[in-house]
Amino acid sequence: MTFELETAQNPEALRRIVIEPVSRVEGHGKVTILLGDDDTVHQVRLHIVEFRGFEKFIEGRPYWEVPVLVQRLCGICPVSHHLAASKAMDIIVGADELTPTAEKMRRLMHYGQHLQSHALHFFHLASPDLLFGFGSDVAKRNIIGVVAANPEIAKKGVLLRKFGQEAIRITAGKRVHGTGSIPGGINKSLSPEERDYLRKDVAQMVAWSAEAVQMIRQLHDGNPGLYDSFGAVPATMMSLVGDDGEMDLYHGALRARDVDGEIMFDRLDYQGYHHLLTEGVKPWSYMKFPYITSLGPEEGWYKVGPLARVQNCDSIPTPLAERQRQDFVAYGNGKPQHGSLAFHWARMIELLHAAENIQLLLDDDDLLGSDLVVAGKRAHEGVGVIEAPRGTLIHHYRVDDNDLVTYANLIVSTTHNNHAMNVAVRDVAKKYLSGRKITEGLLNHIEVAIRCFDPCLSCATHALGQMPLEVTLVDADGATIDRLCRGAS
Amino acid sequence: MTAATLIFGWGNPSRGDDALGPLLIDRIGALLADHPEWGAVELLTDFQLQVEHALDLEGRRRVLFVDSCAGALPGGAGAEAPFGVGELAPARDSSFSSHTLSPQAVMQVYVDITGRAPPPCWVLGIKGQSFELGEDLGAAAQANLDAAVAWVGEWLNSPSPASREREGPSRRLGG
Repeated sequence: MTFELETAQNPEALRRIVIEPVSRVEGHGKVTILLGDDDTVHQVRLHIVEFRGFEKFIEGRPYWEVPVLVQRLCGICPVSHHLAASKAMDIIVGADELTPTAEKMRRLMHYGQHLQSHALHFFHLASPDLLFGFGSDVAKRNIIGVVAANPEIAKKGVLLRKFGQEAIRITAGKRVHGTGSIPGGINKSLSPEERDYLRKDVAQMVAWSAEAVQMIRQLHDGNPGLYDSFGAVPATMMSLVGDDGEMDLYHGALRARDVDGEIMFDRLDYQGYHHLLTEGVKPWSYMKFPYITSLGPEEGWYKVGPLARVQNCDSIPTPLAERQRQDFVAYGNGKPQHGSLAFHWARMIELLHAAENIQLLLDDDDLLGSDLVVAGKRAHEGVGVIEAPRGTLIHHYRVDDNDLVTYANLIVSTTHNNHAMNVAVRDVAKKYLSGRKITEGLLNHIEVAIRCFDPCLSCATHALGQMPLEVTLVDADGATIDRLCRGAS
Repeated sequence: MTAATLIFGWGNPSRGDDALGPLLIDRIGALLADHPEWGAVELLTDFQLQVEHALDLEGRRRVLFVDSCAGALPGGAGAEAPFGVGELAPARDSSFSSHTLSPQAVMQVYVDITGRAPPPCWVLGIKGQSFELGEDLGAAAQANLDAAVAWVGEWLNSPSPASREREGPSRRLGG
């Protein structure tokens, strides 16, 4: 199943459908589908069509610039890059353990990032599909339709996202290009006024997040046949977990479970990630295909992100989210959930966890402290790993005696999920498209599967893209026989 | 107290001429202290426009969105013009449900979540040519930025959005 439908035997004799760019994801992706004369699917590939070497942009820069510089990699998740780079540079400056104030400020920033990212994805990007159906009228299947049918949903999404952005602004120092996190710690703590400003709304954010979990749970309960099987990707799941196996989105060690939920490895220090993982390449995509080296490319691919994290951990250390995790696990009857739509459910559990964590942190006086930075024995190489909203994010740097970066390697969440996304779209193409007349609604099923992963193709490709959808039918001779555009500006 | 005027420039400062929006914000910011006649002006910047920016429209009398522009300039400005200006109306365009909203879509989000009309909004598109990672602003873009800064100064001096509409090379976009 792993490589089924990846490469057709006789591609020159097949009809080609291109979905380009994939809409409602960040960046520029393309799906090509090769069909036989009877409309059976022979090949499906999610391509990344643009690549720019951000690592080269970083090399030669002073290490202390990097946590700020890497935010320019992506307009969607700059905070995740800011923190992952800071963690790597903590190693460089010998900061083995941050001060409580520094670590908690970084965590507050990080949970703010999770809150805003997950809220945007669920309320604005995914909800049109989930509420109206994947094949519903395309004119209605957007956030406008959601607003018209459920006016409060979009408003809550905006306000949740705004709250997360405010937590980022206050901890990072400004809305964008924040400088809050630096090698060895932070450069500001909270004032009492800033803490109180966030405090006044946080209980509402927790309540709305809890409602969001209930909303997606009801959708699962209402159509379990669809939600349990759509875009199913039985795969190894990898994430960081804390010392006691608990969910920890900011720091921990690497753990992986197999498709049946059995632990494959645990407590692996991510400083050695390059011994664990190999970044495979394929001739038809610029995005790499990482795999667990010891298992090889066929067996070693895996998925990351909310669905992996919620099922990888043994518990969630906030009460409301933990209760929801237990419900999630119980729903699987002892087996992991691998349906792609379960990503949304797991994502909303994490949304709730982030909101609860922010609430807890705002009651912690360490956030008001003045002990901000530590340093120790200087090192020349460091790896920083963080659980970004979309999954595990790895930053790896080497720094010379002149403090200049000589090597940089970034493995972003979407790259980890590359193979899993391809498997998901092939599964959907085989079940929903094969042998049928292709319609926009059917093609949207492909996009729904991709959107479950909330891919940030901007990060994966290092480019900011536009996202109208174009579908082109091309015959075996390369001639365009049909063309469908949606949302072109 | 919310400033009556908002200027919102967006773009990635590390991608060549994509920095035009944030750079205009910096340039205007440096002039504010010398121009009390402009009144209360808030300057904001971000990588791209997103849904929560609708909340930044609340309580404004006028808003100017500023972006670099690789294609056709707003307001029907000619290809050789350094910039173009267009008045905006809320619109449910293709940027809805994406990570990168148009100004018209941000205005529409405002309508949807408040039930009220947004303040008068314009877009200033400054012509850019090259958007490669790690590039500095190009010489042509620099000259275009200078011209745009001068125009924004005039716009800020205008007593009301209505008068600007009469003067400017603007055309209503979206809606």
